[in-house]
Amino acid sequence: MQRFYRTLSGMEIKRLFTLVLLLAATLSFGQDHDHADHEGHDHGTHEEETHDDNGHAGGHHDVCTFHHEVTPENFSAQQIAFHHIADANVYSIGPLQLPLPAILWSKDGGLDFFLSSKFDFETLGHGTGYNAHNRYILDGGSIKRITDPSFPDGTVRLDGLKHKHETTDKGKDKEVTYVCYNGNEYRTDAESTLDAGMFGGGITSFHDFSITKNVTAMIIVFLFMLWVFLKVAKAYKTREGKAPKGLQGFIEPIFLFMREEVLEPFLGDKSDRYLPFIMSLFFFILSLNLFGQIPFFGGANVTGSLSVTLVLAVLAFLVTNLSGKKDYWQHIFWMPGVPAWVKTILTPVEFLGMFIKPITLTLRLFANITAGHIVVIIFVSLIFIFGNVGTSPVGAYGGAVGSTVLTMFMMAIELLVAFIQAFVFAILTTSYIGAAVEEHHH
Amino acid sequence: MTGTLAAIGAGLAVIGAGIGIGNIGSKAMEAIARQPEAVGDIRSNMILMAALIEGAALIAIILAFFG
Repeated sequence: MQRFYRTLSGMEIKRLFTLVLLLAATLSFGQDHDHADHEGHDHGTHEEETHDDNGHAGGHHDVCTFHHEVTPENFSAQQIAFHHIADANVYSIGPLQLPLPAILWSKDGGLDFFLSSKFDFETLGHGTGYNAHNRYILDGGSIKRITDPSFPDGTVRLDGLKHKHETTDKGKDKEVTYVCYNGNEYRTDAESTLDAGMFGGGITSFHDFSITKNVTAMIIVFLFMLWVFLKVAKAYKTREGKAPKGLQGFIEPIFLFMREEVLEPFLGDKSDRYLPFIMSLFFFILSLNLFGQIPFFGGANVTGSLSVTLVLAVLAFLVTNLSGKKDYWQHIFWMPGVPAWVKTILTPVEFLGMFIKPITLTLRLFANITAGHIVVIIFVSLIFIFGNVGTSPVGAYGGAVGSTVLTMFMMAIELLVAFIQAFVFAILTTSYIGAAVEEHHH
Repeated sequence: MTGTLAAIGAGLAVIGAGIGIGNIGSKAMEAIARQPEAVGDIRSNMILMAALIEGAALIAIILAFFG
């Protein structure tokens, strides 16, 4: 513990803070610029004022178009926030929009593999493509498929998109995208989800295995970590017996802290066996948390995506239960030393607890990182709320000042959260494994 | 209407978690004041306990908004 603090003292903390403030400032001003550009668009498509009664202000109109003008009435900070935390098929570095490979499979269409640039998405847009390719379209950052098989294959220029609200058989309200082409409207399937529509997303006719923004971010982080750890490992060989230097000096205190404060108290002499797993989890989550904080570099919200945290939690669940000793299972199904009637209550509770643990692991990481990202975006949106979406420049400048200060504060907090959540995930996984491998003496 | 009810539910969950985490924090501060040499152990246990309470609150919030 002490060692951890000593490395982070004085100068480093100041440097760290300067970096955070700088990042926060660039983010808030950069976002300002981006959105100002949006409003600057004039595409000559003036639509009628359509307000749907569902309160989804902004964006969803009954008119076939690609663009919708942002007005003070339909500006929705919530919608912007949800768009920015979502996954996308485009990787944006500053003003650069890099297309990513789309890998799609459907029963009738077979496997499709193409770059997302085929969709001809907007350069500064919200992930909507002007083209359809092999009946796939890009709408709001996700790939959807036109259900009608008579729609032509290949790359086709579309007239526009339309979002309609429909009521499903179960009485739930659902938004469906329609594609306008040659005067006809074509219905599209919902986007493909991990659960294949089992949990209410609607079963789709295709599966999406695309290399999305989140996957790209994971690959970048993976390669970066590989480079860092190979370098550090090599340094221990070449500089044996000498004091750590450079990267080695940065990684070593964190590593030792994790081993002494997390692994050894819970696992004791078995800690070496689980050290690779826990350390991989910790450094992977930490790097992704920090990577998501970098503005203008994709801003991927990887650890704030439920599927990623779910997979991490399932890994923790598997390792815990596969290494469970006799005592662990006995404590779940037949707790020794308690009366029989208590056991009838205790067993279901313990059994459910087995599954609730990974669920809370999933939700905790997801909610913490997502909440942070949303708050930052909402603070940036203050500029547009005070500026009445471009109509009041004075309000916009006032909002920009307030928003910069608040965003800087939030980014500093987020930096702390990035460390704490990685630490919490690691320590909880260790404590679950610790409980599983423990041997009791009754 | 459902949105408002969900917000109230989420708010109630946060009140509970706030009280719980507040208690943990206050007791941890007392413990550190009494035994400054055990600060490392106390801190990691404090974070662990806070994380467990947070988990319950998060489930409540998720259920409030998506349930």
